[in-house]
Amino acid sequence: MASIPAIPYQSSWRSRLVENKNFLGAVFMIPAAGILLVFLAWPLLRGIWLGFTNATLGREGRFIGLGNFISLAQDSVFWLSVFNTFFYTVIASVAKFALGLWLALLLNHNMPFKAQIRAFILLPYIVPTVLSALAWLWMYDAQFSVISWLLTQLGLIDRYIDFLGDAWNARLSLIVANVWRGIPFIAITLLAGLQTISPSLYEAAALDGATASQRFWHVTMPLLMPIIAIVMTFSVLFTFTDFQLIYSMTKGGPVNATHLMATLSFQRAIPGGQMGEGAAISTAMIPFLLAAVLFTYFGMHRRKWQQGARDD
Amino acid sequence: MAGVVVTNVEKAFGSTKVIHGINVDITDGEFVVLVGPSGCGKSTLLRMIAGLEEITGGVIKIGGREVNHVPPKDRDVAMVFQNYALYPHMTVYDNMAFSLKLRKADKSLIEERVRKAADILNLSQLLQRYPRQLSGGQRQRVAMGRAIVRDPQVFLFDEPLSNLDAKLRVAMRTEIKALHQRLKTTTVYVTHDQVEAMTMADRIVVMHDGIVEQIGTPLELYDHPANMFVAGFIGSPAMNFIPGTLRRTGGAAVLEAAGGVRVTLPGSVPGSDGQKVTLGTRPEHLSIEADGDGIRGSILVVEPTGAETQIVVEAAEQQVVAVFSERHHFQPGAPIILRPRPEAMHLFDTASGRHLASR
Ligand SMILES: Nc1ncnc2c1ncn2[C@@H]1O[C@H](COP(=O)(O)OP(=O)(O)O)[C@@H](O)[C@H]1O
Ligand SMILES: [Mg+2]
Repeated sequence: MASIPAIPYQSSWRSRLVENKNFLGAVFMIPAAGILLVFLAWPLLRGIWLGFTNATLGREGRFIGLGNFISLAQDSVFWLSVFNTFFYTVIASVAKFALGLWLALLLNHNMPFKAQIRAFILLPYIVPTVLSALAWLWMYDAQFSVISWLLTQLGLIDRYIDFLGDAWNARLSLIVANVWRGIPFIAITLLAGLQTISPSLYEAAALDGATASQRFWHVTMPLLMPIIAIVMTFSVLFTFTDFQLIYSMTKGGPVNATHLMATLSFQRAIPGGQMGEGAAISTAMIPFLLAAVLFTYFGMHRRKWQQGARDD
Repeated sequence: MAGVVVTNVEKAFGSTKVIHGINVDITDGEFVVLVGPSGCGKSTLLRMIAGLEEITGGVIKIGGREVNHVPPKDRDVAMVFQNYALYPHMTVYDNMAFSLKLRKADKSLIEERVRKAADILNLSQLLQRYPRQLSGGQRQRVAMGRAIVRDPQVFLFDEPLSNLDAKLRVAMRTEIKALHQRLKTTTVYVTHDQVEAMTMADRIVVMHDGIVEQIGTPLELYDHPANMFVAGFIGSPAMNFIPGTLRRTGGAAVLEAAGGVRVTLPGSVPGSDGQKVTLGTRPEHLSIEADGDGIRGSILVVEPTGAETQIVVEAAEQQVVAVFSERHHFQPGAPIILRPRPEAMHLFDTASGRHLASR
């Protein structure tokens, strides 16, 4: 029998380091951390820094402390944009949630052409925002609006509605367009959540004496809550920072009535050339976004019943 | 409490008929087990009784009331599901209290009922846990607790023990039986395991491909199976079947099977000379003979379990199983003659599978 040479047992610090889980973990994280740093953290920090300077388009500018924020605090257009952003976010998110959930519940039932309907539902989400904005622009047109045309044909109104020319009409019209665009994401995600709920839970509840609405409130909603928390956070973030839809439809008009913080920031920084001020508006959004994220973090926090750990 | 009467019940899913006219009469307080191979329609029948599945044809009555169009919540039946179907977001207490809360029962009454059920089922220490924090057996008990808290007219069980390990299964079997003896609530219990059926049932309904093969007490089914299906399904190890030809000469009757096997039958057996018949004999009803006719073959495998010894014999071109509680000295490969005890022999018509006569 040939003897097998023993593998020398290495105990040098290097070999021990290479075997160390924490060390390896740190090493493997370096590339990802680097990418995040370069492409996320740097632009963010740079943006925040800009907010504290009087930079203009093409001029570096210098540090002016809270100057931009102080002047914004006295700027009624800025406060209007803050109001608009909240109004837009709250109304659109609530509407998207209600309609999205309703649609998801409908689609969760057995119905003919289910697969086709589900695919069809996704359409608004697939079409590029700018394209759908154009479609809505056409529907909201003061002279050629198909909505106004339909309503006049039905005899409900006698004058075409000025959808985008009046402040409140414009705000509501934009919200409708945003809701239309946002529903698929919510409906499909909630549908996926609904499908994870075991049908036997509904059967057990039915035998326990629950009516359809009691089954919804006592079984569906609590079990869907974790997914609702996630999907609504994303929805709120996307709505709060919406830019494309507003900018391609009203550019913040009429007379700043539909400016959101994101569009105002761009407006001041690029066409207006006031980079510092634009950046300051963007920076002012951060606390609100952070609050939304924290809210989800705690909302999404694994509920007690989701934890598998035993307490003995 | 109430009886359940199932009359000519049929069920079709779309154009596929899965239940073809079933009649079962379950009396008040009875423990009835529906047993049959997987896919024979046991769950479907149970779910029709619960109201979770539409009834395609026939009538189901609970407590004398026709329930064909009564929604599940108004049937006053409780069901224990195979996967338990516990509400994951509710504690054990809330799972059990849910039905009473929905009925707006008094808080103190709810508390009292839940505590009592928890006591019976040994769950008192676990009331504040969530289902995820329980073991399989504990979840199973919570599912039962949820059922008994309601004090329903009928308990329905759909393979409640199939997710438990073998040892727990035996323990829970006893527990469910004891629970029934205590509460005396009419119970319909579905299982594919004939041992479970035998040990738990007052009466067994043997189902096969959407029909009822036989209904009877465990021992009736064991001693007097109506056909080869029931004979083969009930009893473990399963009954041996030896197909052959019936020969009558004068007053005597003999079964001639493959491999030169000849078994003398009681002269009184029905059937005509030359008829294709199958001899059914349970492994525990075979005795060892020194000579004469019988099932001649050679020992293939010897499997002692301590209490008894099981042998597999190669005979009549198939394998025949025999079980002995007394100790013999068995040698694999050795020749052996097995003779069925005449009073425990079954003769079936091979073509129809029907029992020709008992004994
Ligand atoms: N919802 C359904 N749709 C179509 N076929 C079904 C449905 N449920 C059960 N079946 C069919 O009915 C038959 C009986 O099923 P089931 O009652 O679950 O059997 P068991 O409980 O005895 O194993 C099976 O062939 C099964 O495929
Ligand atoms: Mg089943």
